Amino acid sequence: MIKLNINGVDRDVDVPEDTPLLWVLRDELGLTGTKFGCGVAQCGACTIHLDGSPMRACQTPVGDVADSKVVTIEGLVAENASKEGKAVQAAWRALDVVQCGYCQSGQMMSAAALLTSNKPNDKDIDAAMNGNVCRCATYQRIRAAIHDAAKRLEA
Amino acid sequence: MTIQERISGGQPVSTSRRGFLAIAGGAGVGLMIGFKAGPAEAATEAAKGAALEFNPFVKVSPNGAITVVVKHLDMGQGPTTGLATLIAEEMDADWSQMRTEFAPANANLYANLAFKAQGTGGSTAMANSWEQYRTAGATARAMLVKAAADKWQVAQGEIVVDKGVLTHPSGKKGTYGEFAEAASKLPAPVGSAQQTPFKDPSKFKLIGKEGLHRIDNDSKTDGTAIYTQDVKLPNMLVAVVAHPPKFGGKVKSFDDAEAKKVKGVEKIVQIPQGVAVLAKSTWAAISGRNALKVEWDDAGAESRGSEDFLAMARDAVSKPGTATAKKTGDVDKGFEGAAKVIEAEFTFPYLAHAPMEPLNCVVDLKKDSAHLIYGAQFQSIDQPTVAAITGLKPEQVTIETVWAGGSFGRRAVPTADYVAEAVMIAKAIEGSNPVKLVWTREDDTKGGYYRPFYAHKVKAALDKDGMPVAWLHRIAGQSIFAGTALEAMAVKDGVDETSVEGVSNLAYAVPSLQVELTTLKVGVPVLWWRSVGHTHTAHVVETMIDELAHAAGKDPVEYRMALLKDKPRHLAALKLAAEKAGWGEKLAKGRGRGVAVHESFNSVVAQVVDITIKPDGGVKVDRVVAAAEVGTVINPDVVRAQVEGGVGFGLGAALRNAITLKGGEVQQGNFDTYKPLRISDMPHVEVYTVPSTANPTGIGEPGVPPIAPALANAIFAATGKRIRDLPLGEQKFQSV
Ligand code: FES
Ligand code: FES
Repeated sequence: MIKLNINGVDRDVDVPEDTPLLWVLRDELGLTGTKFGCGVAQCGACTIHLDGSPMRACQTPVGDVADSKVVTIEGLVAENASKEGKAVQAAWRALDVVQCGYCQSGQMMSAAALLTSNKPNDKDIDAAMNGNVCRCATYQRIRAAIHDAAKRLEA
Repeated sequence: MTIQERISGGQPVSTSRRGFLAIAGGAGVGLMIGFKAGPAEAATEAAKGAALEFNPFVKVSPNGAITVVVKHLDMGQGPTTGLATLIAEEMDADWSQMRTEFAPANANLYANLAFKAQGTGGSTAMANSWEQYRTAGATARAMLVKAAADKWQVAQGEIVVDKGVLTHPSGKKGTYGEFAEAASKLPAPVGSAQQTPFKDPSKFKLIGKEGLHRIDNDSKTDGTAIYTQDVKLPNMLVAVVAHPPKFGGKVKSFDDAEAKKVKGVEKIVQIPQGVAVLAKSTWAAISGRNALKVEWDDAGAESRGSEDFLAMARDAVSKPGTATAKKTGDVDKGFEGAAKVIEAEFTFPYLAHAPMEPLNCVVDLKKDSAHLIYGAQFQSIDQPTVAAITGLKPEQVTIETVWAGGSFGRRAVPTADYVAEAVMIAKAIEGSNPVKLVWTREDDTKGGYYRPFYAHKVKAALDKDGMPVAWLHRIAGQSIFAGTALEAMAVKDGVDETSVEGVSNLAYAVPSLQVELTTLKVGVPVLWWRSVGHTHTAHVVETMIDELAHAAGKDPVEYRMALLKDKPRHLAALKLAAEKAGWGEKLAKGRGRGVAVHESFNSVVAQVVDITIKPDGGVKVDRVVAAAEVGTVINPDVVRAQVEGGVGFGLGAALRNAITLKGGEVQQGNFDTYKPLRISDMPHVEVYTVPSTANPTGIGEPGVPPIAPALANAIFAATGKRIRDLPLGEQKFQSV
């Protein structure tokens, strides 16, 4: 048994320690908001927060996170969510960022992590978000939505 | 056409709501439950607050929710939002009361009227539904108003509906929900359009208006939207397949001893497509597949490589084509009297669609039924294919469509490849468990069904004023339709229209035009890729015309305008893009501006691209200004989003995408080798639309074709170098 803390809730899972956290979240815990896009840390669809930092769940063995706090998209935007999560979600909706939507959980996780630091400029955004692929190419709106979320956080 | 005919797309249906029931019962057994409910059942359903069917496209709940049945797959292009908009507009509903669900497989009810079959593609979703869905909305509205009029004892014409609320000058007021039950029992209005007329466009409150948010906005920003990858059925096993490394390869033998040791692996079966490992979890299935040892039989496999293919195509365009796609005037005569002749050759590689969600499909096979859950894009192909594999009747095959994480064409396949694979696995385990077939990114990239490779050769003659008088255009490459069930329908006199579209209907007024095609046979499966033939023809035509303009010493925009005199939509788009982009301004050294305009899927998109040559000689795309002529704009923001996305999609491919084969094996696998466009590559994109009152045309694809040639023309402007082979790759440039 591995003890995990996901979105503030303690969960026990019975899987080999080297199982990627991505599949534990999706297949064992039913948290399917975190997506599988590449499996090799190339696309960011599986981005989660590990003790507040963005991580690729597909490359994170579940055995390594037993003492950490994991937040997924479901936790990022929950009722009692972080202010960054709420701001990102509001901005994403206001600017109609999504197309197919498949990459967007990961995009929002990366964006929320970025927004915990200083107000980002375009360069900061490109640097922080370059690991998150969007095949629908919603990038321009992602940029705009991050600026919008930053404004919401200031207000 | 009567209303019923308009709703059914000309299918013969009887003229009552019962008519819909009969059709639903005939081909969609067990799916259209609501349609088959008699008044008594309907009443109990209503008591439970369930949605009541008004027609195949509209349901209204007593709680006021209006559910639109969406006949198209939404892979990101937004037809869910668009179709809900059409219904909401005609019903005078409030946007917040709109809900959507995907239609089941039932071509009688849900055919794409542009295909006469159920499927999504060719940027047709809104265009083919434009009258059908508005009719469905207008009909439902009329029934609800009639129910209110009956109850209030007033004339129907005196009732006003706004935001889903019915009012009468006498002060009477009610909601759609209140009248849903009574209205659903009324016969649908029948007769001509005049009896249930569409709204006059001047009265539109939603269509064409800003500020209407995508209906999938919420579920796609909180992790709740369900894609195939997220589906979990009781006892379901996840299947991951070891595919042959070469197309056409087969399993010779396999050793599954190690794979069986992986915890969670339950079954391993051989299927025609390879060896499937079935496990209780995705990771176990992937691990099991990785532990498999398979020996492949390559006897019948395609073992050549991309260099061979391109050499073959180049050779083919150096000779007359084997088929003639278009012949007007006399090109030979044109060349004889020419003041200048310009020739150029172009090549294009295979491209993978690489949707963000790799391919997958859920199948629950039982003795007398198969239920499939996935992002179904071509039900009219998939359903009979599944029936043929399983021995079931097509109507025993039910399809539940869920959100698709992109497609770009990949989920609509004439062979139903990945759907068939999932069903083969379910069949191999005799339906003991529901199966979710999951392709990894590598499976997806290496899985074929690429945009075909092509070579083009163009010879153009200019007269003494620099205007083109003859254009000989040779194309060689694989046919998308050849060898498929759709070949007879789509290949005429040796010409697959998707190989030549965009050239065979050249927009520019050139007196003599000859388009020749040589179709090559290669054992790599190919498919339509967002904007299909236009992905390469637009590049050739638009860079060529640019080259002619320069040869003539004329401005590329003015030169195009002169040749597009009889093409008002092209002219309008081109003019708008040029104007908004500030065409004609002088740019600093190291910068370049290029233009392209192209018609595809009945829409015209013009783009002006600004680039900078970076100190290291690489290209940075700074800005794209686009203008689209798409007829009536249904949702301006969705149109903008599609052009932004189309620009990004086409740009990524033009900059660095190619699927290459060596000895028959695909050399790319994941995103580290098939490199997608990333946010740092994304230019600033501005999108404008040409005002129009014509019927809407497509926008899912037309934003793609102009980007590569506009980029190439911008690079020429900055460096004097023509881009005739895509992708750009690692090329370095020097500004002039
Ligand atoms: S799935 Fe983890 S980065 Fe792509
Ligand atoms: S919205 Fe489709 S991949 Fe990003």
